Amino acid sequence: MNPSPLYENLNVYLLTAAFLLALGIYGLIRRRTLIGMLISGELIFSAASLNLMAFNRFTVQDQTVGQIFVLFIMGLAAAEIAIALSIVIAVYRNYRSVKTSELSELNG
Amino acid sequence: MNSFPAANLLLSAVFILCLVTLGVGALIAVLSIRLIRSVCGLAICCIGLAGLYYFLHSPFLALMEILIYVGAVCVTIVFAIMLAEPDEPAREAWGASTILWGAIALVAAIAIFAGLAWLGTHGNWARPQAADGSLQAIGRSLLTTYSLAVELISMALLVAIVGALAIARTGRTKA
Repeated sequence: MNPSPLYENLNVYLLTAAFLLALGIYGLIRRRTLIGMLISGELIFSAASLNLMAFNRFTVQDQTVGQIFVLFIMGLAAAEIAIALSIVIAVYRNYRSVKTSELSELNG
Repeated sequence: MNSFPAANLLLSAVFILCLVTLGVGALIAVLSIRLIRSVCGLAICCIGLAGLYYFLHSPFLALMEILIYVGAVCVTIVFAIMLAEPDEPAREAWGASTILWGAIALVAAIAIFAGLAWLGTHGNWARPQAADGSLQAIGRSLLTTYSLAVELISMALLVAIVGALAIARTGRTKA
């Protein structure tokens, strides 16, 4: 039997996190609505959390630190979502649209 | 180690299933036209991520991932989609700038993935023996070492809720 199976391999987790981050950046550039950009931002949050957890599992002595850090990331992400969605609702009420191309009043 | 002969094989299969769930969910979240499908993709991605957290010896975070992301964040985004626009707008024309931005996005994504993959696979990460990471240890350190951080994040959440209410309230006509 292979001494180090797939799920005990740090590189697999790092590659997955890099994949998630790249997809999030791609979506952030490509999306043309605020909510779509927000969803891509959540993917980037997930990538960061997965990276932290992977390093916590494989390279840190104290196993609680990374878990608590990721828990705080989740809490902050929830707060960010609440604020961002209320901004989206306010923007939609004023412009009747959440397309990023129409929110260009400050575009001199 | 295990008495059951195919245990490692089964574990690897479940792990690959989690990876596939995560990848497919993330692809749906980024590439689908309809925003509601995009949110469903995010939820699927988070379920896969919870599976990965379980494999990283943290069932606590796996539960929290499902509770917070699938249960709270995705549902909130669904509400926002119902109140705002459901769809990504159709492209007016495939102009030069559209193709240029698409190329920029693709190149940026591939460059980031390649750079991080190189860093991850070539880094010489130390491998110490893991210490206790059980739920009891997490609870103990949440109430001792990180008690100030817990209080701060509760304040941040409170301010976020009040701020969200205040922002979403403006511009609303009295019925």
